[in-house]
Amino acid sequence: MMDEKIKKEIKSKIQSSDIHLFMKGTPLFPQCGFSNTVVQILTYLEVSFTSTDVLEDEQMRDAIKEYSNWPTIPQLYIKGNFMGGCDIIKEMFESGELKEEFSKENIN
Amino acid sequence: MTIKEIELKKILTESFPEANIKIDDLAGDDNHFALTIISSKFKGMSRIDQHKMVYDALGSKMGNELHALSIKTQIP
Repeated sequence: MMDEKIKKEIKSKIQSSDIHLFMKGTPLFPQCGFSNTVVQILTYLEVSFTSTDVLEDEQMRDAIKEYSNWPTIPQLYIKGNFMGGCDIIKEMFESGELKEEFSKENIN
Repeated sequence: MTIKEIELKKILTESFPEANIKIDDLAGDDNHFALTIISSKFKGMSRIDQHKMVYDALGSKMGNELHALSIKTQIP
């Protein structure tokens, strides 16, 4: 079971900015193709986002999967809500839904 | 750790017997696959829940024997 401390840490991360990305590596140095794809999409849409490098924190890497009940990284959160991993974000981007979501949440 | 394409298809067919399942081996290393799965089970479900259904079917394989799996779900 996830301990309260890390759960609080996750909550503060995903509520501290409109967009938060749990990824492998950093936006400048992504360490995985899927993480890089999401970074490129967010960069293309010119939205600012914060990120967490799960490779730096093994406990966080497991805890975030339990928190969202989603077994893989990357994981994108918008206004504290889990939006999906690489496949879903890519699909939403290609269909225009992601841009719509950002404007709906007045994120720019 | 790897998983054979046939085994992947078998596991998915067990949970989605009526589905149309297409698997592409992206890197030929039994580790990177692209999956397209068309099933009526996804009707009325959000994309996230559809993908979670696929992940649940794969159980512990996801992230262990199976490093990279890109998923596309569709309703017939």
